[in-house]
Amino acid sequence: MSAIRQRLWWMPFALIVAFMLSAIPLPAMISPFRPDWIALVMIYIAIFTPQRWVLTTAMVAGLLLDVLQGTLLGQHPLALMVCLYAPLKLHLRLTLVPIWQSMLATASALALYQFALFWCNGATGNELGLKAYLAPLVTGTLVWPLLLVGIDILRLERVNSD
Amino acid sequence: MPVSAPGVHRAHHGRLLGLRTFGCIVLCIILMFADQRTDALNTPRGWLMAVTYPLQTLASLPSTFFRWTDDASRSRAELARENMRLRRQQLLANARIQQLNAVRAENDRLRAMLDARPRAGDNVEVARLINVDSDPFRHRITLNKGTSNGVYERQAIIDASGVVGRILKVGPVTSQAMLISDPGHAIQVEVVRNGLRTVVFGIGEFDQLEIRFLPNNADIVVGDLLVTTSLGSDFPAGYPVGEITRFEPRPKQAFARVMVQPSAALTRMREVLLLQPRTNPSDGQSE
Repeated sequence: MSAIRQRLWWMPFALIVAFMLSAIPLPAMISPFRPDWIALVMIYIAIFTPQRWVLTTAMVAGLLLDVLQGTLLGQHPLALMVCLYAPLKLHLRLTLVPIWQSMLATASALALYQFALFWCNGATGNELGLKAYLAPLVTGTLVWPLLLVGIDILRLERVNSD
Repeated sequence: MPVSAPGVHRAHHGRLLGLRTFGCIVLCIILMFADQRTDALNTPRGWLMAVTYPLQTLASLPSTFFRWTDDASRSRAELARENMRLRRQQLLANARIQQLNAVRAENDRLRAMLDARPRAGDNVEVARLINVDSDPFRHRITLNKGTSNGVYERQAIIDASGVVGRILKVGPVTSQAMLISDPGHAIQVEVVRNGLRTVVFGIGEFDQLEIRFLPNNADIVVGDLLVTTSLGSDFPAGYPVGEITRFEPRPKQAFARVMVQPSAALTRMREVLLLQPRTNPSDGQSE
């Protein structure tokens, strides 16, 4: 008889890896296509482990992202709040849907995330090109299935309890 | 903790989710306003920068490693060649410095005759790049020096060949800088040949800057060198900013199209110099 157990350290580990992926310098050619790793990991957390600390975690992760990218403090947490609401609300349904529907849901959450960033940038007078918002949306949706499998492997372990 | 089916948990957020999300959003908006309008959040930002320092160091490990293997795998002959080249370069530089001393002495004499204030020499501090902004449309870099090394906001940064940018945010051990090529950056310059003053804007490209407001009949030719001017600017005077690469009068519009190539190697630098003027920097400049 085997059961599936959740590892304790998976969440900080996944977030640290996501932060590293967001900070690694990339060539200028592919840099615009970098997915929003933090947003993706937070969406995963919101859907699969919607416990008490999701909003707090999102606030802290967003603030760190602000500091890392030199944007206004509060900009990324705001975007995360906007994009996490629906996944949190619908998490029971989203755990059961087939992969393509899951990708669609993620794409719309990421679109909300980018829209919130777009709005913040516009309100504070930092206009960026449209490509800056669309490219991460596309790549983020495409890496979502890989991320699902990856974090599942990281999070769950099979234990034998005879 | 054992779970019955992976992923299905009892959610604890209950009915208050909407309210709490709303509360967080309001908090974020207040934070953004505070950060945009006041300096109150600079200290907390400094602490957070100290927290992200290890993350950035971790993230820069791969490129550091490649650089190291690159250095370690060079052949002896190559190193000898490079050594040779550097020696020659140093010889030339030394010769120039000898001239420079004479010229400086002469300049001091002339200034004394004109009764002008002697020009203060600038101290520099070397800082290493630890991160280049992941956002390709913001030209920002992170340096490994912070308030503990005497770095302050709006401090000027140069490299061996010209002006690089200025410090934007300072943490205890790191600081963030804006390059002159950032779309939000503008710098006062003057043309060496005739002293014409103007402003150079970044346009988000590493090899091009732009002068937006020069009339069509301005006295500019391709190849003119632009240097910093100390008038109303954070930069000490006389550091090269760039060279005019294109001057194209547009008779139908008010201003000519002028492009500038930056002197500094903005994409290839690993270390930069932080200028530390002798005067007290904190005499309350604000934008």
